[in-house]
Amino acid sequence: MPGPVAERIRSKLAALQPTRLVIHDDSDRHVGHTGARAEGESHFRVEIVSPAFVGESRIARQRRVYALLADELQTGLHALQLATLTPEEDRREE
Amino acid sequence: MTTDATVTDRIKQDLSDNPVVLFMKGTPVFPQCGFSARVVQILTQMGVKFKGVDVLADPAIRQGVKEFSNWPTIPQLYVKGEFVGGCDIVSEMYENGELKQVLADKGVATQA
Repeated sequence: MPGPVAERIRSKLAALQPTRLVIHDDSDRHVGHTGARAEGESHFRVEIVSPAFVGESRIARQRRVYALLADELQTGLHALQLATLTPEEDRREE
Repeated sequence: MTTDATVTDRIKQDLSDNPVVLFMKGTPVFPQCGFSARVVQILTQMGVKFKGVDVLADPAIRQGVKEFSNWPTIPQLYVKGEFVGGCDIVSEMYENGELKQVLADKGVATQA
């Protein structure tokens, strides 16, 4: 079951109209690390495929995601690994 | 918390004094975060000389560098003053050979 942080990530990233969005909560692998929280949901890995990324650098793509999740990054989301692909890049990877 | 001019000046000074700078958690010898450790490992494997700046030792720099680059996470890698990316981007660029190319284009020596 996704927790409230994962749900917020999903709903905020919907702004990018992703054709694929996979959210992994890796928090249990970081228990006891700096930034880990007792309630979990501190460390995430997100794969997002969106047509919004077409023609954008990796930095620009990640900045978009970070901007949408700014509140989460201020309030307990400690680590966010990102894979940001266009639909075409996603097809090539498979 | 906003960043005052002296913090920005110190960041700029580090970037102009050192061709490759990694803002990281911990030091290159003792990284305090897996993502910082990963970037250190990549640079070390490539034989790149770099300056590590431990943001945990200086909260003003930690906040300042995030505002400087408009990038909310650490680590942050800079080559010749230019922001290259964080751990995901650097890892991807290392794996596809792009990082070596960027370093070569900017005249930074690598061994691998």
